[in-house]
Amino acid sequence: MTDNRRARIKEFLSRYFRNHELKDDEDIFALGFVNSLLALQLVSFVENEFGITIEDEDLDFENFRTIQNMDALIERKTADGERSLTDAVN
Amino acid sequence: MKTELSETQRQARLRFREFVKERVLPYAPGWDREERVPTEVIDCLRANGYLGAPLPAECGGGGMDAITYGLLTEEIGRGCSSLRSLLTVHDMVTLAIWRWGSRELKAKVARSAGTGETLCALALTEKEAGSDAASVQTVAIKEGDEYVISGGKKWITFGQVADFFLVLARMEDKLTAFLVPSDAPGFSRRPIRGIVGARASLLAEMEFNRCRIPSLNIVGRPGFGLSHVFSTALDLGRYSVAWGSVGIAQACLDACLEYTASRTQGGVLIREHQLIQRKLTDMIVNTRAARLLCYRAGYLRDTGNPAAMSETLIAKYFASLAAVAAANDAVHLHGANGLTEEYSVARYLRDSKVMEIIEGSTEIQQIAIAKNPPGEL
Repeated sequence: MTDNRRARIKEFLSRYFRNHELKDDEDIFALGFVNSLLALQLVSFVENEFGITIEDEDLDFENFRTIQNMDALIERKTADGERSLTDAVN
Repeated sequence: MKTELSETQRQARLRFREFVKERVLPYAPGWDREERVPTEVIDCLRANGYLGAPLPAECGGGGMDAITYGLLTEEIGRGCSSLRSLLTVHDMVTLAIWRWGSRELKAKVARSAGTGETLCALALTEKEAGSDAASVQTVAIKEGDEYVISGGKKWITFGQVADFFLVLARMEDKLTAFLVPSDAPGFSRRPIRGIVGARASLLAEMEFNRCRIPSLNIVGRPGFGLSHVFSTALDLGRYSVAWGSVGIAQACLDACLEYTASRTQGGVLIREHQLIQRKLTDMIVNTRAARLLCYRAGYLRDTGNPAAMSETLIAKYFASLAAVAAANDAVHLHGANGLTEEYSVARYLRDSKVMEIIEGSTEIQQIAIAKNPPGEL
């Protein structure tokens, strides 16, 4: 699950990080490629690709700093979503 | 691949055209002369659901898909760029609040903004901070349960009448967005007159003199004001300006097709002259190409594709240049008549130039597009 998610994030980012083999724990902000357009596109990608909604409280650079941090955010948001759904059903 | 409007979209476009024909076209030259869009037409926009049209119905918006919203923007822009600019700034800010505001803030203001009951405007530009938005000097500090904002903004579209302003300020060096009501203590504004393009768009400059707002009015978290909150607004702004530019180009084309079919020189209608045909052809092709780029950007927006933002940059870049070229040729084809107020083409030329400057100048788009090349079609 995690490997698949990380691969999909990496594939998306690789379009912008040409000629750079991005590692899961590499700081994408430190690489200097991220402008505000890519920052927002990244939000849009994560939302549409993984069916979650990034909200005000999720806006933390740490959440988007590395592929593994994004993966953890998606994991948390997906679990939260499933929990709310279960609560709603119960 | 199919690029065709649905029946619902075609019907919507007919309604927008009827609205513009009755409520906008006859009056736009007068609004331009008086440098003011009147309150009555803003009320009309509101009554028709044209303010907040792209916002979801749950916040009072019209729930329009991106293509239908584009058609609305084109038609209003064809009639009057100043009026179109009200839709642009109001919707930009309302979207940013809806997207990034806290639940409490949304509960307080999103519905009245979504329905257009309260008008919103974007307060980003300062005297010394234009294309380099990150250099804004307006500052915010937290004092108890309030934020205190000090500084000034300039060239704010509909700043003379808006009820709320989305303001970018620096808080402990973090660029942060705030929603400032026009009745906040320490807020003042004054009209900017004598502007050449989009003359009726009620421009203002404003001052925040230790202006106090509730802590609830922060939009997004500190440090994300430009990168996420304003960028969300500006993305919609570019989409709207792209369609508005198509509207100007189409208005130029309509005016030129009519004029060249009625004016005779050298014993024939001027549309028979090949050099005139060349200009008309360029206008037709560029208008069509700009509209297709807008359709493409709209389609990607509707399908939630992250590439929508890059595609919107391209549409805005091309359409604003197409509008300026069309308006320049339109004035030229009208000869001396084109320089008078009797014909609207001079207004189109003045308004078109604005499109190349706002929501990221042509040069900013050139840099941004090269840095974010689109994928395959």
